Amino acid sequence: MSSSISRNKSQEPQGEFSANVEQRESTGKIFEIIFLLGLSIGLVVLAVLVFDVFKDGLGRLLSPGFLTETPSRFPDRGGIRPAIFGSMLLGGLVMLISVPIGVGAALYLEEYAPKAWWTDIIEINVSNLAGVPSIVYGLLGLGVFNYLLNFGPALLSGALTLSLLSLPVIIVTAREAIRAVPDSLRQASYGLGTTKWQTVWSHVLPYAIPGILTGVIISISRAIGDAASLIVVGAVSFLTFNPGLFQRFMALPIQIYTYITRPEPGFANAAAASIIVLLLLILVLNGTAIYLRQRFSTFK
Amino acid sequence: MQNTNFSNQFNGASRRSLEKQASDDIQEKIIEAILFCCALISVLTTFGIVFIIFRVTFDFFQEVSFAQFFLDTKWTPLFAEKHFGIWPLINGTLMTTAIAMLVAIPLGLCSAIYLAEYASPKVARILRPAVELLGGVPTVVYGYFALLFVTPVLRLFLPLEIFNALSAGLMMGIMISPTVGSISLDAIQSVPRSLREGAYAIGVTKLETIIKVVLPAALSGIAASIILGISRAVGETMTVLIAAGQEPRISLNPFQSVETMTAYMAQISGGDSPRGSVNYNTLYAVGAVLFLITLGLNVVSHWISNRFREKYD
Repeated sequence: MSSSISRNKSQEPQGEFSANVEQRESTGKIFEIIFLLGLSIGLVVLAVLVFDVFKDGLGRLLSPGFLTETPSRFPDRGGIRPAIFGSMLLGGLVMLISVPIGVGAALYLEEYAPKAWWTDIIEINVSNLAGVPSIVYGLLGLGVFNYLLNFGPALLSGALTLSLLSLPVIIVTAREAIRAVPDSLRQASYGLGTTKWQTVWSHVLPYAIPGILTGVIISISRAIGDAASLIVVGAVSFLTFNPGLFQRFMALPIQIYTYITRPEPGFANAAAASIIVLLLLILVLNGTAIYLRQRFSTFK
Repeated sequence: MQNTNFSNQFNGASRRSLEKQASDDIQEKIIEAILFCCALISVLTTFGIVFIIFRVTFDFFQEVSFAQFFLDTKWTPLFAEKHFGIWPLINGTLMTTAIAMLVAIPLGLCSAIYLAEYASPKVARILRPAVELLGGVPTVVYGYFALLFVTPVLRLFLPLEIFNALSAGLMMGIMISPTVGSISLDAIQSVPRSLREGAYAIGVTKLETIIKVVLPAALSGIAASIILGISRAVGETMTVLIAAGQEPRISLNPFQSVETMTAYMAQISGGDSPRGSVNYNTLYAVGAVLFLITLGLNVVSHWISNRFREKYD
């Protein structure tokens, strides 16, 4: 009885196996190519996108005054200086606000927080906030900064809104970097009689900096590219001066959006030229991050 | 300072060193309190969002009934004859999201499988950040590309309107594919080698191992990544605002212009509806629906990845 079962079992797969191994292997090869194709489609689209943007925008970008003048009603005149200033100011402020808070929160959650129900709540909170759409942050900014604190639709409201938007990403990545610091390092520091903060400041943080920087750069580039929340907070599409902290403001993504929605034909090229500037700005940020990361990770 | 403190302690605890320690302790307490406040900001942010959105939404529902909001099939708050049916906006959101996911799921999974199973570590180190670059491009740029490149190209052989759900959805799919891809990749990579080797040992090909062993084992992570992708597509604003148009309608035709919840929100905040008017309050009512949908999706995604995480050692 038992032998007949085992014979049946061994016969069936044998028939299948020997007959079409080659065919199955070649199906495998075909699918390998399909997977690679799937991976490349996105990259090809990205390449076409960059090519298209440069083709449409390079001429306008190089035209005199595009980077140094204020916007104009005419597509082939004027420039995007207020938007560039706005974006750089926003990016700088976001960094100043969200990096200390984000790293502080990460340090608290990793190094200080006791295991309790309320620390769990903070943790769940952070991960949920990372999934809240940017336009909803816009509503928060509009309600809290524009009306409650009475800043109005000013650059500061935009910067604070973008800071809240980028906090969760910074916290999550900084936590991962801090968690990756080996415990032996902390123990060695404590062994010298240091206090907790001395250990954190002089041992844990320097070791975690490369990882923290990665998160910072990701979130700052996202903040600089974000338009949805700024539209809600009240960024304007036309400025004749460089924005200040308490004044109405522009930003590159908003400028791009405005140019795209203009019906006259030349504005598409101006949009493309502004996109090149925005992409370069993000590229510079990322390049700096990679450089700093390599510099700081030498002593690992 | 820490050195004197250290040696004093060992030379017998004098009063001064004890005082120093105490001041150190206070300093430590202050630092801990500051760090705690940093962490608290995330909780305050959530409270802020919930409070602000739902307070105005409450005002909105004083003037517009639930029935008008959830049962009407027209969305015309800016017209003389006002209708407040949310369904056309949800219809637009669902359609662009569905198209985006039809692109993002296969592309994301293909790149995850290729990077995890086929690419050599060297190649993967180059390809992975390259793919993730897609998610770092500002969404307004995808909107530009969808409206001024994808739509004209598709119009050569499809009867598309200038603003349409299809182009916007396609670009959103490309943009979201790294989200699906990188979380799926983590899930696939955490499937232990022994499972694959077990499969190879009984004479199964690589593809069969992937489809019948690796993917089922990574299923919870993949499902979580897909739901997170849906959530991102639902909340994405600029691409749909630029490329999908602003015509709220109930339709399943992707060639037509539609309006999503996010596009409507951007439209109304760019306009000049006075604060406190019903028009203005629709911004918050739609925002509340959007917030609840994305929150629900994020929670489900977390729940799946925690609840069904396969535990291997």
